[in-house]
Amino acid sequence: MLSYILRRIVATLPVMAIVALFVFSLLYIAPGDPAVVIAGDQASPEDVERIRQSLGLDRPFLIQFGSWVWRLMHGDLGTSIFTNLPVSTMIGQRLGPTLSLMVITLLLTILVAVPLGVVAAWKAGSFIDRAIMGFAVFGFSLPVFVVGYMLAYIFALELEWLPVQGYTPLNQGFWPWLQNLILPAIALGCVYIALVARITRAAMLEVLQQDYVRTAKAKGLGQGGILFIHALKNAAVPIVTVIGIGIALLIGGAVVTESVFAIPGLGRLTIDAILRRDYPVIQGIVLLFSFVYVLVNLMIDVTYTLVDPRIRY
Amino acid sequence: MALLEVENLQTHFRTPSGINRAVDGVSFHVNEGETLAIVGESGCGKSVTSMSLMRLIPEPPGRIAGAIRFAGKDLLQMSDREMRAIRGNDISMIFQEPMTSLNPVLTVGRQIRETLMIHQGLDKQAAEAHAVEMLTLVGIPEPKRRVREYPHQLSGGMRQRVMIAIALACNPKLLIADEPTTALDVTIQAQILKLMLDLKRRVGAAIILITHDLGVVAEIAERVMVMYAGRKVEEAPVAELFRSPRHPYTQGLLGAVPKLGSSLSGTTTRLAEIPGQVPDLRKPITGCVFAGRCALATDLCRQYAPGLEEKGPRHIAACHYAAKGAVAA
Repeated sequence: MLSYILRRIVATLPVMAIVALFVFSLLYIAPGDPAVVIAGDQASPEDVERIRQSLGLDRPFLIQFGSWVWRLMHGDLGTSIFTNLPVSTMIGQRLGPTLSLMVITLLLTILVAVPLGVVAAWKAGSFIDRAIMGFAVFGFSLPVFVVGYMLAYIFALELEWLPVQGYTPLNQGFWPWLQNLILPAIALGCVYIALVARITRAAMLEVLQQDYVRTAKAKGLGQGGILFIHALKNAAVPIVTVIGIGIALLIGGAVVTESVFAIPGLGRLTIDAILRRDYPVIQGIVLLFSFVYVLVNLMIDVTYTLVDPRIRY
Repeated sequence: MALLEVENLQTHFRTPSGINRAVDGVSFHVNEGETLAIVGESGCGKSVTSMSLMRLIPEPPGRIAGAIRFAGKDLLQMSDREMRAIRGNDISMIFQEPMTSLNPVLTVGRQIRETLMIHQGLDKQAAEAHAVEMLTLVGIPEPKRRVREYPHQLSGGMRQRVMIAIALACNPKLLIADEPTTALDVTIQAQILKLMLDLKRRVGAAIILITHDLGVVAEIAERVMVMYAGRKVEEAPVAELFRSPRHPYTQGLLGAVPKLGSSLSGTTTRLAEIPGQVPDLRKPITGCVFAGRCALATDLCRQYAPGLEEKGPRHIAACHYAAKGAVAA
């Protein structure tokens, strides 16, 4: 098992290298000259040239790439063109809010979507099933920002139960931290919950037909034990897969959600960096997200072996 | 007093093309410690009968009516909660397919433990110890290692032994075995049957054995009930039934069993078969259910259904023409 994990981590290196090449090429593919942007409207051609040299933009592509990778391997993601701060510092400052939002959304999704899907499959064809699946279609079709503004209007502005926007770090207390994240997590989680609930229902429907479910019933187990232990564990592989894939969805959704709720996270940083053509920052963020995604995939594969003993690597 | 008394059991399924009367008015009883075999061809309602006893039929589309009195109490009147306390405890069940009847993602030990923890209130350690004992009892070597294994690590025969261990863990009064040996190799079949008999003697449980294998019936049953098209057509002690089957269907069943060595003795006979097919259970049947396939059927049979009548000592059959002795076949 351990050797498998190590092998998988080694196997991520080529993937990350290809991602790095793409990320680096951004600078060349994207329209607009970063040197011109940094120099500003008033700059003379000499100024632009000086900036270009100081950034190394005048050197050949492969040499630039090589030195970029070299620095990357030493933990240096470069320096922001706009703020002159190291990219790693900027990402570090923004990581907390985004990570908090992701974790809360993930927990919310698992706690809501899985039971909904299980109940829908158990009561397949009934009113409850149709209500849950109706909600899923609804949740699936609403854009994140629409849900976000609706929630903010109802629960923050009208009812005043929760703050409208902003973010409080966890070290200032659990509840202040959490209350700022509830509405964003619901807004961000809507699509995700709908997706996971649907897959859970489908997987459970199939499992509930199996002979061992009848055996469990014949042993005198209660409905809860049958559904959540005997059946759910068998349905877990597709559910875990879709939860993992959904994390990619979250990364995209976080950008919008953070804008709606004014959360100073990576999503906002991404948008700002793109608008300013701050390439080192964009590269750093894309690289980080790719790395997280590769890591999540590894975690999914490892989780398979925990839920299904027949899967061994 | 009878341990189990089934009275006019009717299990019907609602289907898009009408109501399927899978079991239609079956009555029988099982005494304490007795082995009753229910035989019949596929689709005769024997499995549905056994599932109905445990109320394992999904309702809807199924519907169970009649009375199933177990130790004097009607199972059909019980709440789900009361029923759960009976399942796996007083009445337990072994299924046909050992390959799919065990949960693939839970250890064997856990699957045995569960019943003990639910019904006997044992804690995890005590249940685990009992699970090891049960595995020893059903003849699984290295039980301490096996309890931690998963079903896919065991052979078909081993899995059926595990199923038996689960079924007998709480010392049930009644064991329902639904074709327990059908899916196994012939050599393993004999071992499993012997094991069931041994354990039955030890635990003192009554057994309802569902099968279409008449060899198995002859070996372990005391009484036999023959089902056809969702009804009981004949019932007798096992020796009596094999000696003088009264119902033409039972005679057909017994005639369809190949006799070992018959081709060597020079008297090669064609294996008897019962022509025709089981009637469509979604359509109402007038007259005898077997009339369409019976060589002896007359207009009387096609118009009036015969009732179950005493044809011999403890021997009943539903046939107009089986009144005295065996029908000339």
